[in-house]
Amino acid sequence: MSALTKVVRSGVQRRWVQTTVITLATAAAVCSGLLGVGLLVASNAPFDHAFAVQHGAHLTVLADRSKTTPAQLTASGDVAGVTETAGPFPVAQVMVRPPAPPGAIGTPLHGPVFTVVGRGAPGDGVDAITVTEGTWATGPGEIVIAAGTGWHIPLHSTLTVGEGQGAPTATVVGVARSVSDTADAWMVPAALAALKPPTTGYQMLYRLTGADSAAQVTAARDAVTQALPAGAVTGSRSWLTVKQEATGRTAVFVPFLLAFGGLSLVLSVLIVGTVIAGAVGSTLRRIGILKSLGFTPAQVVRAYVAQALIPAAIGAGVGVVAGNLLAVPVLARTEQLYGTVALTIAPWVDVAVLLGVLALVAVTATAAAGRAGRLSAIDALAVGRTPSAGRGQFAARIAARLPLPRPVSLGLARPFGAPVRAVAMIVAIAFGAAAVTLAVGLATSLNRVQVTADHSGADLVVDGFAGDPSNPDPGEAGKEPTTADQDAVTAVLDRQPGTAHYYGVTETDAVVAGVSGLNTLSEFTASPAWSGYELVSGRWFTRPGEAVVPTELLRATDRQLGDTLTVTHDGTTSTLRIVGEVFDPGNNDFTVLARAAADARPASWQVGVTDGTDPSAYATAVNADLTALGLTAHVIPSEGPDDLLVIIDALAGLLTLLLVTVAGLGVLNAVVLDVRDRVHDIGIHKALGMTPRQTLTAVLSSVALIGLVGGALGVPAGLVLHGILVPAMGHGAGTELPAVVLSVYHPVQLAVLALGGLALAVAGALLPAGWAASTRTATALRTE
Amino acid sequence: MTEPLIELRGVSRRYDSGPPALDDVSLTVAPGEALAILGPSGSGKSTLLNLIAGLDKPTGGTVTVGGTRIDTLGEAASARYRRARIGLVFQFFNLLDDLTVFDNVVLPAQLAGAARRETHRRATELLRGLGIDRHARAYPGRLSGGERQRVAVARALMNRPALLLADEPTGALDTASGAEVRRLLTELHADGQTIVLVTHDRTLAAECATRTVHVVDGRITADTVLEPAL
Repeated sequence: MSALTKVVRSGVQRRWVQTTVITLATAAAVCSGLLGVGLLVASNAPFDHAFAVQHGAHLTVLADRSKTTPAQLTASGDVAGVTETAGPFPVAQVMVRPPAPPGAIGTPLHGPVFTVVGRGAPGDGVDAITVTEGTWATGPGEIVIAAGTGWHIPLHSTLTVGEGQGAPTATVVGVARSVSDTADAWMVPAALAALKPPTTGYQMLYRLTGADSAAQVTAARDAVTQALPAGAVTGSRSWLTVKQEATGRTAVFVPFLLAFGGLSLVLSVLIVGTVIAGAVGSTLRRIGILKSLGFTPAQVVRAYVAQALIPAAIGAGVGVVAGNLLAVPVLARTEQLYGTVALTIAPWVDVAVLLGVLALVAVTATAAAGRAGRLSAIDALAVGRTPSAGRGQFAARIAARLPLPRPVSLGLARPFGAPVRAVAMIVAIAFGAAAVTLAVGLATSLNRVQVTADHSGADLVVDGFAGDPSNPDPGEAGKEPTTADQDAVTAVLDRQPGTAHYYGVTETDAVVAGVSGLNTLSEFTASPAWSGYELVSGRWFTRPGEAVVPTELLRATDRQLGDTLTVTHDGTTSTLRIVGEVFDPGNNDFTVLARAAADARPASWQVGVTDGTDPSAYATAVNADLTALGLTAHVIPSEGPDDLLVIIDALAGLLTLLLVTVAGLGVLNAVVLDVRDRVHDIGIHKALGMTPRQTLTAVLSSVALIGLVGGALGVPAGLVLHGILVPAMGHGAGTELPAVVLSVYHPVQLAVLALGGLALAVAGALLPAGWAASTRTATALRTE
Repeated sequence: MTEPLIELRGVSRRYDSGPPALDDVSLTVAPGEALAILGPSGSGKSTLLNLIAGLDKPTGGTVTVGGTRIDTLGEAASARYRRARIGLVFQFFNLLDDLTVFDNVVLPAQLAGAARRETHRRATELLRGLGIDRHARAYPGRLSGGERQRVAVARALMNRPALLLADEPTGALDTASGAEVRRLLTELHADGQTIVLVTHDRTLAAECATRTVHVVDGRITADTVLEPAL
């Protein structure tokens, strides 16, 4: 065994604490870097990735079954530009009514209108559907729901598919996802024949030779249209439209991943750099001895680069495995969002991160060992043995005068004796504190987005639907839903104990001048602000003739606050003055919110109960009076959190945990080095009567100030990041955000977060502090 | 008969392998005695001192100081024992370079939680008595070897210990400084301070000690009471 090999081996084995810290720090750095970069890459082209995996349809055509035949549709696959087809599949637009929510009486009259497609199997050709939960439908009584419809329908629920009495029911047996977004639900083809209204069309799916531009897809659609009888094609959809919708949703993710990915990488580089530089710097005396024995500067560099690379390589290997394992649940969540099951961390990312971190280790170790190698043997010996005289003496003098227990004041002065190390620790803790602050703010913002976007602040809804259990379907008889005049309803609600807020609302189809298509006019008897509606700017309406509109409508109509909007509904045209801009993301049609006339008879009422009031008990009590008015109060079931929020929360939590771990390792390493540098001083203190507890206190106090400063720097940094990131995510989703979403931090919460820096520092220092406390005095005194 | 201040019975100290550093050593030291432990390098002198100071534990036998069995004390109790009973002086001073002379001296009292006013009064008195009060605000690195050892002695005496232990107190000093420290220790003993010192320096032993023991290969080979110096 060569002398160099022996030096490397003994260095790795004898300095096992350092070796362990390098291994752990590298593992954590690789793991967090891998997740950060991997997720960035995975989010770069998720739709394209999913589209390729599912063999998505470039063109979806709807055809009228009265004007074409399945054979003609199949033959349309032969037109120029089409490479592959699937279908024809029977298709129907039907209302799907979910089971009655708890507290409701009878069966709901309304539900979402779903595009239901008849497919006997998920298929493996064009638009190969991925079953994410349960199984595919095998009989007429079964239905598979598309993931991402926005309706939380649990497996095994029984749905009424179609309108009116006698509509067939189907049990939800599976949840599936089509990246081509070809359906909201699937049943076996035979089941569609029994639907009311019956199936009127076919769906035909095409893959094209060229589909990169809208012109190419349009040309293919025109060719298909020409190949079919005149008037047979009733609708079509390009994959480019689907992609635009999907990427608009996932665009929310990009700023978030950029921030956490960037934080992970920078912190990883910082920690690995300081760990390696510190590891080499703390062995100067050993280097001096080696040089005095005849080691050349190049041999010193080689020895120390090898000593750093061996544990770093082990750590990097562990980090790659851990990163890929941790990525599984994270990517599983991400896959739900992106609509595929094949997202993994790309192998090149594994290789790039691993080699990048190892290169960083080699460069840092070369730089640090090179400096040591250039020192003369006697200088290296002197530098290694002599403490940095003069540093921190002033701070120690001041600290000695503080009215604090001496171990505490000794510790507080310590960072000033090793300022570079202290700054590295402060930066690491600041990164950790910033990450935690950002994660907490992000989670709060997103939860508030959900509440405000869903307007889900009400506890009960009062309406005239399904009020009579003996006649659960009054709509079938052509009846209008029951309404009652405002005074009568408000009298009942005002009288009922436990009522906190309420308003009546009527939603009608409306045409808004300047916007194509049918939109919605919601007329309120009072401000709905308490139920989750948030203004981005302006104020709520106070009288009829005033309206509040979403940002998207302002943009689409090129209007500003104070302008007027012409709205036509129920045969009448009215001019409304825009007084406020409301936060209403994800609303595909433009809803105009206006103050209802004084004599309006709202179709439904939203009620919020006071804290401590049980909504079910309230519903039972208030229904005693409402029944006389033909109305019923239903408890609004609480929905689970949105998939997107769950994913972002989970990701933020995981990445924050990793960042905090890496930061803690940075502190651990710095304190290990510091304790080892000062072990002789610790021995002197102990010889003079410092107890183990006092030693522990002194070491922990030495990081207290660092933790506080790191927290104090990290929290504002987190705030700034949050201030940049959340609006950027809003822009990604195409909306402005209200103040309630942007201003999420409470002063007390910020103080606690800042103290988190102290907690992180203490946690990182606990192990070496314990080691210092338990070191035997005689051993410490003998240590050079 | 006066109760011994230090009593070692059948004390042994073995490390992982090799011969014992101390082998079945028994020794008593009376209050007011000045004992010099002599012997060649590696004979076990410093190990003996460390056991009395509670810095190390014997692998056999008992060590009693001031009526307290210190070989059974835990780390915290050992630290409290040193604070209360022991003053330590080292060959290389072991002063803390980032603390001033004054702060070095008051440190044992501060660790013991002594009152600030009393601590300052005592430190000032010690520094003046040892002739180094003008260096109170200086850092140890600026002092001569003799001055540093005086600071170390002042620190050792800060908590009025019953026993002053000195490990080669003149070993790192030039001749003049060595003489200065010898004189200081002699004066301290004359004032009634019990002293145990480990040294190669026969002059030191002759001037300061009332008794010497020779340690060779971990065993006491001679125990001699010296005639008082004239």
